[in-house]
Amino acid sequence: MKFLDEYRDGELAHQLAREIHRITTRPWNIMEVCGGQTHAIVKFGIDELLPKQITLIHGPGCPVCVTPLEVIDKALEIAARPEVIFTSFGDMLRVPGSMTDLLSVKASGGDVRIVYSPLDAVKLAEQNPSKEVVFLGVGFETTAPATGMAVFQAAQKGLKNFSMLISHVLVPPAIEALMSSPNCRVQAFLAAGHVCAVMGYEEYFPLAAKYRVPIVVTGFEPMDILQGLLMTVQQLESGRAEVENQYSRAVRREGNQPAQELMRKVFKVVPRKWRGLGEIPQSGLGLSEAYSAFDAEKRFGLADHHVEEPAECIAGLVLQGLKKPHECPAFGTRCTPEHPFGATMVSSEGACAAYYRYRRRST
Amino acid sequence: MCLAIPGKIESITGDDPLSRMGRINFGGIVKEASLAYVPEAKVGNYVIVHAGFALSRVDEDEAQKVFEYLKQMEELDDLKEAGP
Ligand code: SF4
Repeated sequence: MKFLDEYRDGELAHQLAREIHRITTRPWNIMEVCGGQTHAIVKFGIDELLPKQITLIHGPGCPVCVTPLEVIDKALEIAARPEVIFTSFGDMLRVPGSMTDLLSVKASGGDVRIVYSPLDAVKLAEQNPSKEVVFLGVGFETTAPATGMAVFQAAQKGLKNFSMLISHVLVPPAIEALMSSPNCRVQAFLAAGHVCAVMGYEEYFPLAAKYRVPIVVTGFEPMDILQGLLMTVQQLESGRAEVENQYSRAVRREGNQPAQELMRKVFKVVPRKWRGLGEIPQSGLGLSEAYSAFDAEKRFGLADHHVEEPAECIAGLVLQGLKKPHECPAFGTRCTPEHPFGATMVSSEGACAAYYRYRRRST
Repeated sequence: MCLAIPGKIESITGDDPLSRMGRINFGGIVKEASLAYVPEAKVGNYVIVHAGFALSRVDEDEAQKVFEYLKQMEELDDLKEAGP
């Protein structure tokens, strides 16, 4: 298939890896922000092609993994109501809340449905006027244009029975929070290609300058990741800290303007809790005043619901790159994808699940 | 959630920019996606789709760059090996 197979060519990938070996003289810690990249890195063994001096730190870029427990609990409470059709992306169904998960709510009679696009949830609301249709809107800047359009269309259609439980998160504030932590070992970032396809990459210039870190916008195929790493190591080795774009076939500097315009209409920037990381200022999107009628938290009176996270799971440390999944005592024994303790084991993009699927033999 | 691969637009329905939909072929699997955010996209273009929305058009010239870069690297290596 066009634009895909070429980027998985083993020989070309090795050529890039050899060049990284050739230029690397010192140890470097590089974080890939995006969970999709973590998945590809572990699946294709990209980290094993790299020189020993290079450590890849798996970042918090899996939206399922960082959705806070209290949002899941709110989702569970809403989904259990008899008048509600609860809709969500498939990968949210097994995420454990404090007591249960959406799949169990469904098994005990809740009307929980997987949708492919948030627009499908809007359609359901039109088709079921006597029901309350709620969509669980999580994700990074990549998903926000989709949920934003669903709210926008629901408003245009005057739908009174549609609402959203929103927990959108933003990447640049998370990078800022990681870099300003005293424990931070990250020296460079691969920025997530698809997030930048929406937002562009101008937001990263002040971060690269302030923390003196190279940031390279990178795609998802093995060759993209290797080229992104090569560009990053070239910068590190020569003492540069710039923003570069490896993924220019899909990412323009200014991003997707129509999407940003819609997001500005529908959303406002809010403080947001991240599972495992705590609250990060200005790191999320919530509905703007004009669209607050579609806020499920308000509609169902759950805005003041707060929940603490359990202690056993070290996903927070994994998400900050301070621990690898197999350093967790529960990994692969008490915690597996069938019985996940933490969200990083639930989502296929989560670091724990990726290690479990592809690395069990070597750990 | 984010493992989006590029797909090829096979057909487009609707004229209104906000409700334009495309049938997108991902290596044999065909899905509907909104083209609201890629007003310039035409049948035959490749797009990156996420959560039912095309977010970006794949630029074919830019897509060649990594391969050109590798070719240059190879030529440089050959030069080095040939030596002075
Ligand atoms: S292996 Fe399980 S318990 Fe350990 S950090 Fe990962 S999700 Fe948490």
